[in-house]
Amino acid sequence: MDVNLDLTILWAFLIAFSIYAYVVLDGFDLGIGILFPAIPVGKDRDQAMNSVAPVWDGNETWLVLGGGGLFAAFPLAYAILMPAFYPPIIAMLLALVFRGVAFEFRWRDPGHRPFWDMAFTLGSLTAAFMQGVILGALLQGVTIEGRAYAGGWWDWLTPFSVMTGVSVVAGYALLGACWLIWKTTGEVHDLARRYGWYAFVATLAAIVAVSVATLFLDYGYYAKWLDTPRVFYTAQVPIVTALIAFVFFRSMKRGSDWMPFALAQALFLVTLAGLGISIYPYAVPVSVTIWEAAAPEKSQIFMLVGAGILIPVILAYTVYAYWVFRGKVSAEGYH
Amino acid sequence: MFEGWDATFLARLQFAFTVSFHFIFPAFTIGLASYLAVLNGLHYVTGKERYIGLFHYWVKIFAVTFAMGVVSGIVMSYQFGTNWSVFSDKAGPVIGPLMAYEVLTAFFLEAGFLGVMLFGRDKVGPGLHLTATCLVAIGTAVSAFWILSVNSWMHTPVGYAIAENGQFVPAGSWWEIIFNPSFPYRLMHTVTAAYLTTALAVGGVGAFHLLRDHTNKQARTMFSMAMWMAAIVAPAQIFLGDLHGLNTLEHQPVKVMAMEGHFDSHPDGAPLILFGLPDQEEKKVDYAIQIPKLSSLILKHDLNAPLAGLDTVPDEDEPPVATVFWAFRVMVALGLAMALLGFVSLYARWRGTLYDWPLLHRFAILMGPSGFVAVIAGWITTEAGRQPWTIHGLLRTADSVSPLEAPAVGASLLAFIVVYFTVFGAGTWYLLKLMGKTPGAHEAGKTGHAPGISVGPQQQEGA
Repeated sequence: MDVNLDLTILWAFLIAFSIYAYVVLDGFDLGIGILFPAIPVGKDRDQAMNSVAPVWDGNETWLVLGGGGLFAAFPLAYAILMPAFYPPIIAMLLALVFRGVAFEFRWRDPGHRPFWDMAFTLGSLTAAFMQGVILGALLQGVTIEGRAYAGGWWDWLTPFSVMTGVSVVAGYALLGACWLIWKTTGEVHDLARRYGWYAFVATLAAIVAVSVATLFLDYGYYAKWLDTPRVFYTAQVPIVTALIAFVFFRSMKRGSDWMPFALAQALFLVTLAGLGISIYPYAVPVSVTIWEAAAPEKSQIFMLVGAGILIPVILAYTVYAYWVFRGKVSAEGYH
Repeated sequence: MFEGWDATFLARLQFAFTVSFHFIFPAFTIGLASYLAVLNGLHYVTGKERYIGLFHYWVKIFAVTFAMGVVSGIVMSYQFGTNWSVFSDKAGPVIGPLMAYEVLTAFFLEAGFLGVMLFGRDKVGPGLHLTATCLVAIGTAVSAFWILSVNSWMHTPVGYAIAENGQFVPAGSWWEIIFNPSFPYRLMHTVTAAYLTTALAVGGVGAFHLLRDHTNKQARTMFSMAMWMAAIVAPAQIFLGDLHGLNTLEHQPVKVMAMEGHFDSHPDGAPLILFGLPDQEEKKVDYAIQIPKLSSLILKHDLNAPLAGLDTVPDEDEPPVATVFWAFRVMVALGLAMALLGFVSLYARWRGTLYDWPLLHRFAILMGPSGFVAVIAGWITTEAGRQPWTIHGLLRTADSVSPLEAPAVGASLLAFIVVYFTVFGAGTWYLLKLMGKTPGAHEAGKTGHAPGISVGPQQQEGA
């Protein structure tokens, strides 16, 4: 039993890691989709698109690992949450269909390129918003009965979940802008720098708003964060967040190309740590713990062998794939 | 007409729709990735320009197909939970890890090296580019391995125990679960189908361009390669299909009864029903055209062997007979036509008219899309044939479905239909446009420096 306990926590960390990898990687290419309408048609848009074309598919695979991993490691949580968040999940998937094919279709059909560019933007925007809504809906908890979801269709839709939806859009826009600052040149680079500032301010505001609102949700998040002596540990999160924000501010002022992107990723890491503190030890707040949702030990061990060997390999060749396309992307694409 | 369209039926319809659409793309990309690896390798070894020209021609088609496969595949990884949450909860401990392995061993591999394969030839050089292409091809095949293992386990579940909370949990070795009884046959039959589907599509495109200009070197090469595949792989596939069928007879005899349209038991030799209209209410096949005792010969290798019929099965355990019966016949008929094409091409090759026999080329064009139809028909045969179970004999479809109201499932189904037809309709149009371009037309002077890839403003301006 003791072994199983550790494995369950390990798997919770692995799923959290996949979610983090997904958020910061697909986050920046979704963010580019969100910023797309504000980038001039022609060379600038092509440059922005070319900067993510070789990597977006790999980025999105982390979403499959997150979903597949949840299914495999915490099947009960997967079985409860998918029906609970049915409309936003279906909307997210359909949005991802549109924005995913746009990468290819916009080159294949210059006549309809405005249409596929719009599909890219609306798809990215909707996917980001729905992911935020799902996060908010998770934090506010779901109604269950036995081993199944027992709430209504629209339980997920609240002012809080709309706020988390908007927050994720802002955050992804920040990641997208920082990626463009790093990878592009010329007008799109200068534009990205300006949008980066806007998105930075919006993201900070969103982090503060969501953090404060979370404390006042029903499920005792207030006590979890602010009871003494817990508060001495949990207070590190906002302090580190403020520090990262300060360094981000300085790096933008100094005109660094790569630091803003790295710092935006760090910002997401502490935010995710904060979410972890809020949600732990639940897989479905506040009714199913990770241990109740966990797959049997035999399944966990079998997968852990694979994950232990393969995730480092995956990370290695992912770094290689990014390395191949290192440096600024040129307006002419890859030639 | 909407009677009986409850949440379970709508969920089945939705899954059938999304998985059938999705299946078309990997059926093509599994074969095409290997074809691209072969072309890339042939160029690497021989240095002949036409191989890399063909690579550049087909890699654009691959990129569009792959994008559609990816986005429709992401939908699949969530469909289990959204529409089949009870199934997911119960089967998760057994099949979840296999699907996690698919992501870890296949999806990341494909996605990681796809960028290098599509855009990186000039950055990494031909050797590493060939490696990347091979890794993508291996990824697609490994993906088929895991997902078909999962699917096969649902047909022939072994190595499990049922826990107190109702979950199927692994009991034996994982080896036993992965290599469950129907898996080796299903894997061989399905992967071969993917190769054959690709060969027929490539052959159709080659034939189309040979009809326009029978001297086109690249069209000749692709047509010849495709026809070798058709001639060798189509008969092999019929043999593999027969093995798969015998395996099904052993483990899922009810499915075979539906495929054969055998409502009645035949104690001394069952007839092979070629055509007819199965009537499940009346339990008979109307207007049946049948050959006496042939079914027993095929299935039991004995003219007089007894074969049980659906009369031995409770009504509530019967699959939808007409669907399975017809889907099976479509698949078999197309399989035979493919073998015929392969045979005719051998004859043409022997006569020396492979490249200038318009009738053969028209036949090949006609057969171009046949692989896709056969793959879907085969899929319907096996999946509808498993009904009314999700896990054969253990968990009913009606007991697997999410606690959702019918309108919610209906609305999302409608959204999927609208989006898929719009997006994949456009995608198919782009594929046909790409296939309509004459191979080698403008690559002759460019192959030296242009990566010939799917994106990049310069290509698109020249297009």
